Amino acid sequence: MHTIIASTRMRDYITLALFTLVVLTAPLWGKLIGAGYPDLLKKFAIFGLFAVGYNILFGLTGYLSFGHAAFLGVGSYATVWSFKLLSMNVIPAVLFSIVLSGLLAVVIGFLSLRRTGIYFSILTLAFAQMSYNMAYSVLTPITNGETGLRVLRHDPRVLDSLFGVQVEGSPLGGLFGVTLTGYSGFYFCAALLILGFWIALRIFRSPYGLKLLAIKSNQTRMEYTGFNPRPYLLSAFVISGIYAGVAGSLMAIVDPLAGAERMQWTASGEVVLMTILGGLGTLFGPILGAALIKYLENIFSAFNDQTLFQIFDFLPHWLARIMVDITSPFVGDGWHLTLGVLFMAIIIFLPGGLMEGFRHISVRLSRKSGGDADMASLEAAEGESK
Amino acid sequence: MSAENGNIVLSISGVNKTFGGLQALSDINLQIEEGKAHAIIGPNGAGKSTLLNTCIGRIRPDSGTINFLGHDLTGGNVKPHDINQLGISRVFQTPEIFPELSILHNVMTPAFARKEGTFSFNPLNALRDQKGIEHEAMDLLADLNMADVSRHHAGNLSRGNKRRLELAMCLIQHPRLLLLDEPTAGMARHDTNRTIELLKKIKASGMTKVIIEHDMHVVFSLADRISVLAQGAIIAEGHPDEIKGHPKVREAYLGSAEI
Amino acid sequence: MEAILLQILNGLDKGGAYALIALGLSLVFGTLGVVNFAHGALFMLGAFVAVSVQSLLTLSMRVRDTSITFFEAYKETPYLEVWWGDTGRAIIDYAVPISIVIAIPVMLLIGVAMERGLVRFFYKRDHADQILVTFGLAIVLQEIVKAFFGANPIPVSAPEVVATSVDVGTMFGLQGITYPWWRLIYLGFSLLIIGGVFAFLHYTTFGMVVRAGMHDRETVGLLGINIQKRFTIVFGLATVVVGLAGVMYTPILSPDCHMGMEFLVLSFVVVVVGGMGSLPGAAAAGFLLGILQSFFSMNEIKSILPGIDQIIIYLVAVFILLVRPRGLMGRD
Repeated sequence: MHTIIASTRMRDYITLALFTLVVLTAPLWGKLIGAGYPDLLKKFAIFGLFAVGYNILFGLTGYLSFGHAAFLGVGSYATVWSFKLLSMNVIPAVLFSIVLSGLLAVVIGFLSLRRTGIYFSILTLAFAQMSYNMAYSVLTPITNGETGLRVLRHDPRVLDSLFGVQVEGSPLGGLFGVTLTGYSGFYFCAALLILGFWIALRIFRSPYGLKLLAIKSNQTRMEYTGFNPRPYLLSAFVISGIYAGVAGSLMAIVDPLAGAERMQWTASGEVVLMTILGGLGTLFGPILGAALIKYLENIFSAFNDQTLFQIFDFLPHWLARIMVDITSPFVGDGWHLTLGVLFMAIIIFLPGGLMEGFRHISVRLSRKSGGDADMASLEAAEGESK
Repeated sequence: MSAENGNIVLSISGVNKTFGGLQALSDINLQIEEGKAHAIIGPNGAGKSTLLNTCIGRIRPDSGTINFLGHDLTGGNVKPHDINQLGISRVFQTPEIFPELSILHNVMTPAFARKEGTFSFNPLNALRDQKGIEHEAMDLLADLNMADVSRHHAGNLSRGNKRRLELAMCLIQHPRLLLLDEPTAGMARHDTNRTIELLKKIKASGMTKVIIEHDMHVVFSLADRISVLAQGAIIAEGHPDEIKGHPKVREAYLGSAEI
Repeated sequence: MEAILLQILNGLDKGGAYALIALGLSLVFGTLGVVNFAHGALFMLGAFVAVSVQSLLTLSMRVRDTSITFFEAYKETPYLEVWWGDTGRAIIDYAVPISIVIAIPVMLLIGVAMERGLVRFFYKRDHADQILVTFGLAIVLQEIVKAFFGANPIPVSAPEVVATSVDVGTMFGLQGITYPWWRLIYLGFSLLIIGGVFAFLHYTTFGMVVRAGMHDRETVGLLGINIQKRFTIVFGLATVVVGLAGVMYTPILSPDCHMGMEFLVLSFVVVVVGGMGSLPGAAAAGFLLGILQSFFSMNEIKSILPGIDQIIIYLVAVFILLVRPRGLMGRD
């Protein structure tokens, strides 16, 4: 864990530069793996941002929130309302989402953090479910209930009419005249992902990040060391809530509508899985996990019995039939079953996620033991004096 | 709070506490002088832990007062971080460290609490720029022979080294009062000796200490003053030599334990 | 007055379901120290035992419809009816009570398999891992049910004798309060099960050890009692309880694959309000929140505070947490 915090300034800049390069060239390398189209790449970036933010809470403090979908939903609604009332420009939309998701995170975080451990998880789940129910009932005038909230042509858009900006055709999010559809939409998401990654990197390298890790490691010691864990936890909760809000905002930017299903517990569960699959508490893990899940979802949900038959074509027909019967519940609409199985498998067999797996492999390959010798000699010196 | 000879850091007067009819503490009076190592000894169940937690305001006494450097801690339910910020650092029976953090960061973290208080929000500062704190921590670790392994996980240390690391975590805060709850509990003899050496070094620095202990060997080699607790009451108090010869103490405690 | 009484009655059956689910959650948490996010899915499985039994009993064949004479018409008739006539029809009518008998061994088997096959490997891991792995299992169970039964609710009917309503009002000397028999039966059933669980825990040696374990797990472990076996039995018991709650609930609410998670979240709130690890707290809070929810769905209240019925439970939970964080009957 300490390798996260200890790093030189130069290495951080190189990390950021490489990350930026990989993200910006995604349309190119995406083609190689069959993901070279903007809709999927946008999903990579948006869910990557969601997971990076979630990791600041769960990865650093160890507090497992099951309610981050609520912030995702609020971010989406805020953006659509900004589109409706202010402008189709995305800047006020994102800012509005940040403010609203941040405020909601303060309220939910303050209440949920009155308890720790499992109670915290349960409370966040309950609050998210409550937000979801409210979006369908009390708040229908704001959320438009089951239909979902859409941007309409004759919405007021005060700022736009003030500056004489006209909306032609169906209204789309834009950035000072550039319409954010297709690849321009992806690059806007990518820019925010890179910014979000940079902030997360700085948090990981800061004394603040160290203290969050200390809370995860031993909260009793943390308290007797003179720190009040509550404000640390609350601030981390709000930061990760804002990340979720921005991710929700981006969802509404690339596709200007917002629905309550974004706030469902399944969305909260998905971000937990992404973070864990990639590697909890690591910098890259959550992004990797998010991209991988969205990639697999894209592949698996497109499968049907025909494509399965093609895959098992090399087998004798009767065997192919059996294989198709076995695998078909896992693909298409059954993608969530695969997700659930993956979820369990990761937690049972690879709790450290893919990054942990990579680390094991690289350690085994390089067989570096220079540092461990020091530790061994320290403990051995005591053994001798026994 | 200052008595005629030397400053009193912690003053406990007339403290009583019962738990469901059981007299856990009865009429405890203790004055901890600045710069002294004060040991509280007693057999298991004598009320040492209750006394310790009452001293720092975690347990509210039924009657009596507790005063730490002018702060009234009698009310009970004082938050642990407030206790620390007042200047009390605590070593637990089982070492409480940050096992997943590096040894260096274990020592650096408490330094931030001393410098920044209970909370500071600086997510964009870099830890690597905190050279002052890092050097201070490395100096302390050098004393413990842990400088070479400072970047390793603290969780891999032996119990004795965890205890010494925990002591370093307290020392970097320059506490006004150091509480040691059975600092050598569960340790092998050689580990105990090394810990005693370290504690002697700390003693030489003139730090005020309260040591809860039932190992007499540890107590007699460290304490300036000893209070003997039996069945919730202090039955004797004095210099180590006085205590060794005290008949009441022999009867209540030493008779049943090895010296 | 009548309206209020009716709402209280309406809340009681829902409260009974909450109480039964929360009871198992609390029992498993208190004894095994495991937070089971798949507990709601077990409730759903119970409900689908009833669905399965009903569809097994109504397996049909095509027979000549004799009521239509001028051309050859066929209709689907259950085998049971073809073979045994009225007796067969009666058996089908009693699908839910039959399901109860079948659900006991089935749910016990599921519970034991789940504890032995998965949960026991997580006793030593931290709560986050326990939550996550059972959460994953909940998704898997939900999706399996979806794959077999589809996503739409499947109606299950109560036996015809109790499909009608009962005039409860006359019992209390009030007019015009009618109440479906089955809901009344559900209330009685949940009280019976709760009573049974409490009796089991209080009057058997096994139960006393379990209660001692809930109080102080380590000490009981030190007594040399075979903890492992007891854990399995407790988990199985909780599974049976929640499964029966699910079976009995089917005539009230047509089960679908999503019901597990909906009830789980509410039951968690119930457990938090009642106090985690407190069984009386779980039972009491279950009924309390069920009644509150039903009370706030009265049209008179909904017209003043629209949608309040959807969130009242959560508001109560927030209030309880603010004034009494450890819950109504919880220990710290």
